[in-house]
Amino acid sequence: MFALLVLRNAFRHKLRTTLTIAGIVVAITAFGLLRTIVEAWYAGVDATSSTRLVTRNAISLVFPLPLTYAQKLRQVDGVAAVSWANWFGGVYITERNFFPQFGIDADTYLDMYPEFVIKPEERKAFLVDRNGAIAGRKLANEYGWKIGDRIPIRGTIFPGTWTFTLRAIYDGVDAKTDETQFYFHWKLLNETIKQRYPKRGDQVGVYVVEIRDPTRAAEISQSIDATFRNSLAETLTETEKAFQLGFVSMTEAILVAVQAVSFVVIVIIMAVMANTMAMTARERYAEYATMKALGFGNDYVAWLIFAESLGIALLGGALGIALTFPLAHAFAGAVGTLFPVFNVSARTLAMQVGAAALVGVVAAGVPAWRAARVRIVDGLRAVA
Amino acid sequence: MKVPLAYIARNLSARKLTTILTAGGMALVVYVFTTVLMLSAGLEKTMVATGRHDNVIVIRRASQTEVQSSVDRSSAAIIESLPEIAAGTDGRKLLSREPVVLINLPKRASGKPANVVIRGVTPAGLELRPQVGIVEGRMFTPGTSEIVAGRSIAEGFQRAGLGESLHFAQRDWRVVGVFDAGHSGFDSEVWGDAEQMMQAFRRQTFSAVVFRLVDPSRFDAVKSTLEADPRLTVEAKRESRFYAEQSEGLARFIDYLGVSISVIFSIGAVIGAMITMYASVASRTGEIGTLRALGFSRGSILAAFLIESLLLGLVGGLAGIFAASLMQALSISTTNFQTFAEVAFSFALTPRIVVDALLFALAMGFVGGFLPAARAARMKIVDALRAA
Repeated sequence: MFALLVLRNAFRHKLRTTLTIAGIVVAITAFGLLRTIVEAWYAGVDATSSTRLVTRNAISLVFPLPLTYAQKLRQVDGVAAVSWANWFGGVYITERNFFPQFGIDADTYLDMYPEFVIKPEERKAFLVDRNGAIAGRKLANEYGWKIGDRIPIRGTIFPGTWTFTLRAIYDGVDAKTDETQFYFHWKLLNETIKQRYPKRGDQVGVYVVEIRDPTRAAEISQSIDATFRNSLAETLTETEKAFQLGFVSMTEAILVAVQAVSFVVIVIIMAVMANTMAMTARERYAEYATMKALGFGNDYVAWLIFAESLGIALLGGALGIALTFPLAHAFAGAVGTLFPVFNVSARTLAMQVGAAALVGVVAAGVPAWRAARVRIVDGLRAVA
Repeated sequence: MKVPLAYIARNLSARKLTTILTAGGMALVVYVFTTVLMLSAGLEKTMVATGRHDNVIVIRRASQTEVQSSVDRSSAAIIESLPEIAAGTDGRKLLSREPVVLINLPKRASGKPANVVIRGVTPAGLELRPQVGIVEGRMFTPGTSEIVAGRSIAEGFQRAGLGESLHFAQRDWRVVGVFDAGHSGFDSEVWGDAEQMMQAFRRQTFSAVVFRLVDPSRFDAVKSTLEADPRLTVEAKRESRFYAEQSEGLARFIDYLGVSISVIFSIGAVIGAMITMYASVASRTGEIGTLRALGFSRGSILAAFLIESLLLGLVGGLAGIFAASLMQALSISTTNFQTFAEVAFSFALTPRIVVDALLFALAMGFVGGFLPAARAARMKIVDALRAA
C-alpha cells in the first residue's frame, strides 16, 4: 500500500517528474564524466610499477645527465637493471597532434616494461632497424598507421625533421596501460646530435632504474643521489609513481577546479529537485491533512515524501549511470590521445549512486518536515 | 494591451522558496560560466601584458619555447649587427642575450614541486621590460650569485622569498629583491645575471635574443632579413605575439572545458526553470482565464510568462555574476603545458564577460519559459475559467 501510494504520487504530474528525472540524468552523467576526467589525469600514476625508479637531473627535467652515469647506476646495491630515455617533444604534422615521443635504449627499456606487449617478430624488426619506431595501439589507430609506414616528426628540441619507420605496435597488458606512446632508438638520436653538435652528445634525459626489492626503493634512491652529490649533474631519484605524480601536481589547480565543478553540478540539481519536491508537497498539504485525520502518523507522511524523492532521484541516477558509458566512450574517441586511458571506474559508479541518493534525501528534507508538522486544520484549509 | 510588469514580478515574490531554488540553480551555472571565462581572460591579460609590440624575440627555428631554443654567441652577434635595433639610454644597442632554463622548486603551500623559469638578464634586458620594477629589496649586482624573484614566485615557492637563498647548479643564489612585473608572465620568473647563469649551467648558447625596434613597423623586414640569413637558423617574433602564443593551448583548454561544462550544466538549470514555470502556469489557470476574459490577448499572456521566466534568469544571472566577481581577489598558479613552466594569473572580469554571462542567463530563462508560456497562451478562456 505504501509503495503503491509512492508510485502513484511520483507520477501524478507526469511532465514534472519526467523533467526532474531528465535533469538528474544530465547531472549524474556530467558528474560521472567529470570524475572520469579527473581519474584519467591520474592514469599515468596508476600504471606505474613499484620496482622502477626514475633518476633525473636535480635542477629540472630540461637538464640532461651524462651517459657515463649508466655504469655507475648499475653498481649501486639493489639495482637490477638500468635503461634510459630522452623526451623528444616533436610535432607530427601540426601542433595539435600531441603524443609523447621518447628515444629509448631499446633492448633494456622494453625488457623493463613488460606491460607493453609486442609480437616477437615485430620487436626483432624494431631492434634491427636504427630508424625503426614502436607506437601504442591507440596511437596507431588514431592516425591510421600500419607496420612499415614512414612517420615524419619535426623536432622542437632536436632540430630537423626526423623520419621513422613504424616497425612494431604494442598492446597494453590491461586497460590501465598507456597505449599512446611513441618510441624510437636513442642511438639514432645520439649519433645525429653528435654529428651536429658534438658537445650535446652522450646525454640522457632520464634513467629508469629497476630494483629487485620494492621495499628498498627509498634507501636505493638515496644512495643513487648520494653517488652523484656535488658532481656537475646532481641527480634526483624517486619512484616512478612519485615521478608521475609530480606531473599531475603541476596541473593540480586545473584538477581541483574540475573536481569542484563536478560537485557544483550536484548542488544545481539538488536545487532543482528540492524545488520539485517543495512544489509537490505544497500542493498536497490538504491530502496529508486528510491522511492524518484518517489516523496515519506524522512519520508515515514524512516517509511518503522521502520515498518519492529518493525513488525519482535513484531512477534518474540509474539512467544517468547507464548513459555515462556510451558518452565516456564517445568522449574518449573525440579527444583521441589527449587522455591515454579513459575508463569509467567502479569508484565513479559508487559516487554517482551516492550523489543521486544524496540529492533525493536532501530534496525531501524541508518538505517532509513541513508535511509532518502541518496541523490537520491548517492542512485542510490550505490552498496550493 | 500588455500585462503590467509589477503583476509579473509579484508572481516571483509570491512563492519565495521556489523562486530562490530555481534562480539559485541558474546562478550556480552562471557562476561556473563566468569564472571560467574570467580565468581564460586573466591568462590572456597576463600574457598580453608580458610582451611589447616593439620588442622582437629571436629563438631557434621550430623550437616553440625559449627553454627549448638555443642561439649561439656568433648568431647573437650577427643579430646584434642589425641596423634596426634601437639604442638604450647608455647609447648601446637595446638588445639582451638571455639564457632561460627551468628549475624544479617545491611550492610553499603543498611542498609539491613545479618548474620555475630562471632567466639570465643584462642591463639592456631590464630596460627592454619597463613594466618590471623592484618592490622589495634591490636589484641583483651583476657578476654575483644574486637573484631577484618575481612576486608570485617569492610568495608561492619555498626558499624564494626576500633574504632566502636557492641552491641550484652547485651554487647558493641569494634572493636580494622581489620584483613586480605588472601582472605579466615575468611575475612567475626568477632573474639573475646572464653571464653568471651561463657559467653556472655550463651553457655555451643563449636561449633567446630580445631587442627593441627603432621603428615597430619595420618588423616584417627585420623578420625576413633574419630568417633569410643563411648563417642563422632562427625565427623572429614580436614579443607580444610570442607570449600570446605561449598560452594559447592552456587558454583554449580552459575555454573548451568551461564552455562545454556550462552548456551541460545549463540543461539542468533550464529544466528547473521549466518545472517552475509549468507549475506557475498550472496554479494560475483561473487567473489566466480571467485575464483573457478581461481582454488581454494571447500574445500578452505569452509575453507575461516569458518575462517572468526572463526575470528569473536575470536574478540568477546577476547573483552568479556577483559571486563570480568575488573571485577577482584570487589568483591561480599552474603549469602551462606548452612551456612546461609555472604561470600565475588571476580571474579578470571584463565588460564583455558580464554581457556574455547575462545573455547566457537570459537564454536559460527564455528556453525554460517558452513552452510553459506557450501552454498558457493556448488556453481557451472557457476551459481556463472552469478549471479554476
